[in-house]
Amino acid sequence: MKRALALVTFLALAALAQGALKVGVVVSATGPAASLGIPERNTFLLIQEMLDRQGGVAGRKVEFVILDDASDTTQAVRSTRRLVEEGAVAIVGTATTPASLGMIPVVAEAKVPMISLAAGKEIIHPVDAQRFWVFKTPQTEELMARAIVADMVARGVKRVGYIGFNDAYGEGWARYFEAELKAKGLQLVVSERYNRTDTSVTGQALRLIARRPDAILIGASGTPAVLPQRTLKERGYRGLIYQTHGVANPDFLRVGGKDVEGTLLPAGPILVAEQLPSTFPPKRVALDYIQRYEAKYGIGSYSTFGAHAWDTWLILRPALERALKKADPDKDLAAFRAALRDEIEATKGVVGTHGVFTFTKEDHLGLRFEDAAVMVRVENGRWKLERVFR
Amino acid sequence: MDATILGLLLLDGVQNGVIYGLLALAMVLVFAVTRVILVPIGELMMFAPLSFVWLQGGKLPGTLWLALALGALWALLERGRGRGLPLVGGAGLLLLFLLARGSPALAYLAALLLVVYLGVATYRVFFQPMRAASPEGEHRGATVLALLIMAVGLHVAYQGLGLVFFGPEQFRPDPLLQGEVVVGLTWQGALVLAFALLSAAALYLFFRRSLFGKALLAAAENRLGARLCGIRPEEAGMVAFAIAGLMAALSGLLLAPLINAAYFMGFMLGLKAFVAAILGGLVSYPVAFFGAVLVGLFESFTSFYASAYKEALVFLLLVPALFYQSLRAKGVEE
Repeated sequence: MKRALALVTFLALAALAQGALKVGVVVSATGPAASLGIPERNTFLLIQEMLDRQGGVAGRKVEFVILDDASDTTQAVRSTRRLVEEGAVAIVGTATTPASLGMIPVVAEAKVPMISLAAGKEIIHPVDAQRFWVFKTPQTEELMARAIVADMVARGVKRVGYIGFNDAYGEGWARYFEAELKAKGLQLVVSERYNRTDTSVTGQALRLIARRPDAILIGASGTPAVLPQRTLKERGYRGLIYQTHGVANPDFLRVGGKDVEGTLLPAGPILVAEQLPSTFPPKRVALDYIQRYEAKYGIGSYSTFGAHAWDTWLILRPALERALKKADPDKDLAAFRAALRDEIEATKGVVGTHGVFTFTKEDHLGLRFEDAAVMVRVENGRWKLERVFR
Repeated sequence: MDATILGLLLLDGVQNGVIYGLLALAMVLVFAVTRVILVPIGELMMFAPLSFVWLQGGKLPGTLWLALALGALWALLERGRGRGLPLVGGAGLLLLFLLARGSPALAYLAALLLVVYLGVATYRVFFQPMRAASPEGEHRGATVLALLIMAVGLHVAYQGLGLVFFGPEQFRPDPLLQGEVVVGLTWQGALVLAFALLSAAALYLFFRRSLFGKALLAAAENRLGARLCGIRPEEAGMVAFAIAGLMAALSGLLLAPLINAAYFMGFMLGLKAFVAAILGGLVSYPVAFFGAVLVGLFESFTSFYASAYKEALVFLLLVPALFYQSLRAKGVEE
């Protein structure tokens, strides 16, 4: 129903407003990834409101056409195809890695630039003929793994254990984590797996504890990440426990309670925006975004995922302005899309909420971990900034 | 592997196994009486603690509206006096829920009764029409396979609704009893064990000793014969689903403080309980219960030795079990 409404509005506006720039947005507003997709959609609605007040970009109206993919890859691909056929100059989305990977061939064939909101490194690496058109704003697991290992090195950790999901997320983390450990000379002494739906991880916990690692990383996301941590605590593990940035949401704190006190995790700087040192570049941008988002949606409602969406606009807007000088979308849409892609790739030093973006031909993520990740500790049920890597 | 680890693994295995045992008992009961393999039992199990958490927060859970909607359909399907039960039950449930917001004891009762009502309504609306869809004289309606497919469809529907009603994350209600009996076993865990053993004993006595229990079994064996003896097969089915709903709800409420309840967690528990029920040939209660404990122990040890393959190995247990059952079977059950 919502999709039909969006389509009708889209066509009506298209008939009325020639010269408007259409930006296609695909997000998971429903389904398992809804906790990522809803704040992203809200952010784009916020931006649309801002643009309507300001009169658009370089005198042209900008329209975000937002489609829901229901956290389903097939739906995401279909939505992308439709947006592209209806003349979108760029595509933004989606929040999950498998769906984003599915969208890549569609945008590559149609030669439309795409900025993804998902974490997986495979989305932008290596930059081949298809990924030529694809960029992304969220940090990769590899980047966050580097932050975790840097923190471990700083604390003098030597032996490390790992327990993660038995799926693409956990396996991806295991791979990047192990590679980074090897590069920095630490030893992975035990590696276990468990399922999201498991109700007990006693066996795995006992195995982990028997090997006596100094620190354990839990490669999980959401509230299922509480289970191994609680089991380890109950079975008497006294070392450091790290979590991934997949737990950076209030539900984790709610379900974990006292069991997750003292957890260390890497996070995008916006999670602890007020606590950042004033010399940290994303601080001002992050606080500005939080203030705008909360003004529309309520205090405490912002999320780090919505911030990724904000970052895409911080990159897209100047790129649109530069591309409009080089080409006219009304006369030659294909040339404009290509020019826009070039201008996105030319992004240098754009300060976002999650870091400072500088794209190159080989690097379509453009973040360095010193600017894009901070170590956060859970203290009294709140996020407390622990370490900055700059 | 030393004595402490061995002890902890055994305890963990028994605790998990007992959960599977409770669900396996309910599944065997439902199958024995109605020939339905109750795949959505996991969802029913999770609806209870999740509805409880919602009531504690002063909100009415979406499961209430689901139950009332099914109750309305149930009332439509009945004629005359038969309408009384769903309508009165539905009205009473709504009243109870309105009163129970914020009160833990009433909320517990409300969540329990909700799942029982939902279970009975599910049977009446979805399964009973299928079973009755046969001409006079035939003693069975839809085949077991058709009922199974309906059950799987309901599982998918209920799980999806669970996501809509309760969201993707887990919830943790407070345990009834705090503290540990001994290292590795909390009082809440001991309560679950006690409940499981009591349920197993109660079901055994019910079906072996009581007239009503025997009547239930008779209704499953031969509908026409049972009707001739004055036993109503429809009533038998509703009672079976009510008991299964009660067991699922109680297990869910007792377990939720230990495992954190979420909309998706019931399915895996139900599936492993199904493995255990198969070990008992979907007929025998004691074998299903002890089979479940065995599954729990097996799972505990495989998660210690080979955690990445734990699921695969546990479900591989189905192969020898089915093999053995098929060799033992005398006739051809549909």
